[in-house]
Amino acid sequence: MSDILFYAFAAITVFSAFMVVCSRNPVNAALFMIAAFVGAAALFALLEAFFLAAVQVLVYAGAVIVLFLFIIMLLDVERTRALRPGLVSLAASAAALGLLVVGVLWLFAWEGAGPLVDARGSDAPAALARNFGYELFTRYLLPVQVTGFLLLVAMIGVIHISKRPARDTAAEPKGEEANP
Amino acid sequence: MSIGLDSYLVVAGLVFVIGFFGVLLRRNTLIVLMGLELMLNGCNIALVAFSRYHATPANPMMEGNLFVFFIITVAAAEVAVGLAIIVQLFRLRQTVMLNELQLLKD
Repeated sequence: MSDILFYAFAAITVFSAFMVVCSRNPVNAALFMIAAFVGAAALFALLEAFFLAAVQVLVYAGAVIVLFLFIIMLLDVERTRALRPGLVSLAASAAALGLLVVGVLWLFAWEGAGPLVDARGSDAPAALARNFGYELFTRYLLPVQVTGFLLLVAMIGVIHISKRPARDTAAEPKGEEANP
Repeated sequence: MSIGLDSYLVVAGLVFVIGFFGVLLRRNTLIVLMGLELMLNGCNIALVAFSRYHATPANPMMEGNLFVFFIITVAAAEVAVGLAIIVQLFRLRQTVMLNELQLLKD
């Protein structure tokens, strides 16, 4: 049963990720991205990290996608012509593809990563949100503070960036009116 | 659970690679940002899988899960800042296509 669920959610995740990259319309891409993130959240749940699955759905499939859709609708970018990628992009892609093939072969065919051990205990520590809270507020207290400060900085930065530039040209229309 | 760690790693790698080529080959800035998110998501799947498959009662391996938690937080901040920059870019140049943003080329 668990195997069938894994294959189903893995297929959903990978197919949706592929459609995100291949969609002409950004709205379609954003909607496929919801499916990709929910599929990844289901994979987290299969790995018994239920808290992370909930956070993934809330933050990614909720907040991030809503932001994306809002910006897509705001900008109203409708035309996306088929563009041939440039020479540099194609060369970089080809090089990356070659490196990926070599890396995958090294990882799986030649056991470059060593044997993938399965040392699981019967219970998953990540299944309990209590373990997250305990670790976050004891060993990881400083990173939590830094992350909170980062969020504050990001919020202030976004407000400053998205502020319309101050119209110091407010005097110009008056001047134009006075000219004739 | 007879699904091995390598199956999860293959899924994570595929998602990462798809996002990577999206970043390289797409010209729409919004899709490029989505590709970045897909790459982060692939890394998250690999981290959660590793920390699940190596968790023992003696060593619960919560580090990977907590790292994923921090990655999700930082990615949300990154998306907010990136989209604000894209909005300002669109106001300035009326386009979000990367091949039309070549102000410094001349």
